[in-house]
Amino acid sequence: MVEWTDFERATIKDIFSKIDSGVVGPAALSRCLVVYPWTQRYFGKFGNLYNAAAITSNPNVSAHGKVVLEGLTLAVQNMDDIKATYAELSVLHSEKLQVDPDNFRLLADCLTIVVAAQMGKDFTPEVQAAFQKFLAVVVSALGKQYH
Amino acid sequence: MSLTDKDKAAVKALWSRISKSADAIGADALSRMLVVYPQTKTYFSHWADLSSGSAQVKGHGKTIMGGVALAVAKIDDLTNGLLDLSEKHAFQIKVDPANFKILAHCLLLVIANLFPADFTPEAHVSMDKFLGNVALGISERYR
Repeated sequence: MVEWTDFERATIKDIFSKIDSGVVGPAALSRCLVVYPWTQRYFGKFGNLYNAAAITSNPNVSAHGKVVLEGLTLAVQNMDDIKATYAELSVLHSEKLQVDPDNFRLLADCLTIVVAAQMGKDFTPEVQAAFQKFLAVVVSALGKQYH
Repeated sequence: MSLTDKDKAAVKALWSRISKSADAIGADALSRMLVVYPQTKTYFSHWADLSSGSAQVKGHGKTIMGGVALAVAKIDDLTNGLLDLSEKHAFQIKVDPANFKILAHCLLLVIANLFPADFTPEAHVSMDKFLGNVALGISERYR
C-alpha cells in the first residue's frame, strides 16, 4: 500500500480544489496529442487532429479531457486504495481501449506541466514531488490489470 | 526525431523570450530535480549544501544553462557543437544518460511555470525534441 505524508495528502487535495477540470483536462490532453503525436492513434474517431490549432479547438478532445480529469478525482477521493479504485478502469484501458500503458506516463507529464503553468509560485519543488508521486501511483494502478 | 526548420525557429524564438532568466531557470530546474528525483543527488555528494537557494545549486544551474545556450547557438550541428561537453560527461562526470530526460522534464516544467503564455503546445514539442537531441549530442562519446 502507498504511504502518504500529511503534506502529500493536503497538497493533492489542495491542487485538485484549485484547478478547473474544464480547463486543465482539455489543456493536458490536447498538449499530449501535440507533443506526442503518436498518442493520436487512440483518437481516430475524434475528427480533425491535423495540427496544434485543430487539436486545441477540437470539441471531442475537450470533452474527453474533462472525462480524464474527472477520472482523476476518483483517485483523489480514494488515495489509500487507488489500485482497487482503478481496477475496472485498468481493465477498460487494457482490454477495450487497448492503450499502451506508456501513454499514461506521457499524459501525466503533460498534466504536470499544465498544472505547473497554472499554479505559478505555488508549484514549489515539494508540491511538484507530491503531484508527480500521486500521478505515478495512478499510472501504475491503470497498468495493473494488463496481462 | 530530428529537428525541422520549424522546430529550430520555435526553439530560437522561445530562447529569445526566456534567456534573460536563464540563471533562474537553471537553478530552479536543478533544485526541482534534486527534490523530485532524489536519486540524482548521488552525483552531488561532494556538495555541502543541496538545498534550493544554495550557492552551489545556483552556480551549477548557471553552468547547465550555459550548455543550453551553446546548444541553441549550435542547433544546426549539435553532434559536433557539443563534442567537448560530451567528452566531459562521458569520461569525467559519467552521468547515466537516463538522467538527461529527467533534467529535460524539469527544464520544460520551469519554463512552463515561469512563461506560461510562451510555452504553447507547439513551443513545448519543439523544445522537447531539442532537449532530446541535446541529450543525444552529450551522449555521443559515451561508448
